[in-house]
Amino acid sequence: MIAELGHYALILALGLALIQASMPIVGARHDDPTLLSVAVPAALAQFVFVALSFGALAACYVTSDFSVLNVYENSNSAMPLMYRLTSVWGNHEGSMMLWVFILALFGALVAAFGGNLPVKLKANALAVQAWIAAAFQLFILTTSNPFLRIVDAPFEGRDLNPVLQDPGLAFHPPLLYLGYVGFSIAFSFAIAALLEGRIDAAWARWVRPWVLTAWMCLTLGIAGGSYWAYYELGWGGYWFWDPVENASLMPWLAGTALLHSAVVMEKRGALKVWTILLAILAFSLSLIGTFLVRSGVLTSVHVFATDPRRGIFILAILVAFIGGALALYAWRAPLLKQGGLFAPVSREGALVLNNLFLTCACATVFVGTLYPLALEALTGDKISVGPPFFNATFGPLFLPLLVAMPFGPLLGWKRGDLLGAAQRLTAAAFIAAVAIAATFALQHGGPVLAPFGVGLALFVMIGALIDLAERTMILRVPLNAALRRAAGLPRSAWGSAIAHFGIGVTLLGIVVVTGWGAERIAALKLGDTIDIAHYRLTFDGLFNRPGPNYREVVGRFTVHKINGDLLGTMEPSRRTFPARNMATTEAALMRRGVSQLYLSLGDPAPDGTVPVRLYFKPLVLLIWLGALVMFVGGGLSLSDRRLRIGAPRPAKMPAAPQAAE
Amino acid sequence: MTRKRRRLILIGGALGVLAIAVALMLNAFRDSIVFFNSPSDVVEKHIAPGTRMRLGGLVKAGSLVRGDDLKIRFDVTDGNREIAVAYQGVLPDLFREGQGVVAEGALDGSGVFTADTILAKHDETYMPKEVADALKKSGHWKDDYGRRAAMPAAGAGK
Repeated sequence: MIAELGHYALILALGLALIQASMPIVGARHDDPTLLSVAVPAALAQFVFVALSFGALAACYVTSDFSVLNVYENSNSAMPLMYRLTSVWGNHEGSMMLWVFILALFGALVAAFGGNLPVKLKANALAVQAWIAAAFQLFILTTSNPFLRIVDAPFEGRDLNPVLQDPGLAFHPPLLYLGYVGFSIAFSFAIAALLEGRIDAAWARWVRPWVLTAWMCLTLGIAGGSYWAYYELGWGGYWFWDPVENASLMPWLAGTALLHSAVVMEKRGALKVWTILLAILAFSLSLIGTFLVRSGVLTSVHVFATDPRRGIFILAILVAFIGGALALYAWRAPLLKQGGLFAPVSREGALVLNNLFLTCACATVFVGTLYPLALEALTGDKISVGPPFFNATFGPLFLPLLVAMPFGPLLGWKRGDLLGAAQRLTAAAFIAAVAIAATFALQHGGPVLAPFGVGLALFVMIGALIDLAERTMILRVPLNAALRRAAGLPRSAWGSAIAHFGIGVTLLGIVVVTGWGAERIAALKLGDTIDIAHYRLTFDGLFNRPGPNYREVVGRFTVHKINGDLLGTMEPSRRTFPARNMATTEAALMRRGVSQLYLSLGDPAPDGTVPVRLYFKPLVLLIWLGALVMFVGGGLSLSDRRLRIGAPRPAKMPAAPQAAE
Repeated sequence: MTRKRRRLILIGGALGVLAIAVALMLNAFRDSIVFFNSPSDVVEKHIAPGTRMRLGGLVKAGSLVRGDDLKIRFDVTDGNREIAVAYQGVLPDLFREGQGVVAEGALDGSGVFTADTILAKHDETYMPKEVADALKKSGHWKDDYGRRAAMPAAGAGK
């Protein structure tokens, strides 16, 4: 009964979405306030019904109703409650439901909190939002219905894919989808602005919080997914340049560019047309990401249960929305007026540079990810584009971006003083140089590039601190005056400096773990020891341990420092899940500061030897901590007063932008 | 500085960065692309030893031999041809005889494919797309490869 209610609620939601998609548009064309006013209640009601539908599916999972095909295929009554709940989106149908649920949630938030938006813009944006919602609801109802029943209900379900039975599933997909779908708001606003044919600086201010929210969630989602893959897949990698990872990285890059260009648009009224394009691109890339993950057209280590037939439907959605949006852009964008002149060396100039490098880096990822598809379609040759390609393209493009990053915030609007900024960064450059020299001195014949990477990371981090120091004038005025200045500093200034600092932290982690990480692979017998970095592990034997829905063979290892201090034990294991006859490897991690020892177990041989992979990952946790710092920076920026109190009327342009000279 | 000159600088800069990106990509495409081949392809195309590539097919039943120091040998087949593969390391969880596999590496002088990577997959029902295509091409595709275990009797219905 619950499943049928959920199914029915989804159909009703589709009906509401169709109303929301059409009425406000007509209303906006004919200036009909009645039709315009349909948008808000329709968006709210649509959310209620989508939430009911999603709730119904969740209820089927929690109560283990195996008469529902989707539950039967992806759940098992022996699973703990948390995994029964998270397995709602651990499969194709359920994850599309989550997608639609978050889409409706964002729509409802705009409807509920967009009180100070111009009526037409809001109605049009909600209508565009409803087009997307209707397309995906139709997709679910026709090709991926999670509410189908089985006539003879089985007693037990087939279990969730064991790799997914992990707390990571509770956070990673929802965060990622919050990011993907969050960009739909920017997209809807961009289309709405194009439909109206007018746009002003206030547009950027309305859109910015949504972009920022989406960006924050995506940052955390990508980082979380990376950490999950790192400990779950058992080969110690945190980023594989896999198509599915790239699919999430591309919207992040475009979104980061959008975040920065929106600043220019808001403060200076420039880059309007470009910002609109980025808003369209960021969401288009999110759609492409969904397509890549859901259609199974690419070979990936992260793809679960795909069905190419569905790919065609998503491809159609993709073509319709991206093609339609870009066509509308080509047609209407020339109507939008350009504004705000600036010198090449200025804050705006720096942000343009940021956008150039980010979009080009995004383009290389795009080409590298989709080239194999294109080549196969054209010549039939099958190729794979792996890490070497991305290291050789993405890396060199990101490098100048990182070098330039500390300069940007130190340049003034309109016309900046590059020499002055360089002088203020002397301290950072000096410390970076010392760090490079020191790392070279400390290591004996280690990697050549890594010390420079360390220097760059420090330059970025200290550069961010200098930005804050300059704004608070901490070393130049008495301390309490500086504190007062710090308190008066807009939160967005704190936010951007902290986010930039986070980039440096992540970079430091990546550089150090790449440069000085160690790996050992060996077959160990009882009592054997294995050394890595300055640690020694002793194999103390295997034992069995029962789990709720699996059997587990655990290896116990004692960890000592080479000089003899006992540090503890590590217990990597292999789990066998009888419901699917599948095995997973559970790596053991031992944290040492922000570094980690990583140990994973292979299949034990009959004679009792076990193959192990052992890694020493220096500073590896910084990679994800840096993302957390970026998230906090984004959060501070989001809480900025000017975003909370909403945008003022599109104030008289500050004395119509004049040429600087 | 005139508006026109500024615009020129902007466009020039944009084209410059774009040109760098394109140059980097073309360069990387020359060096770091790996082709996928089935065992039949390897024989037909006379691929030179030392050329880096991906080899995909099924792990031939009964061919897996484990040696010392985690050395492993097995045969990859597409039904028509077989290629011996040598690998040293820990195999992924889903590596099994009779199942699809993708190995990355190069042929050595004696015709043995020395793999440095065996690709792991998350899902027991998952057949790498390249392997599926290669099997279809060689006429050895069976419909139940890569498909979920049969559904309960009645199947889906309301």
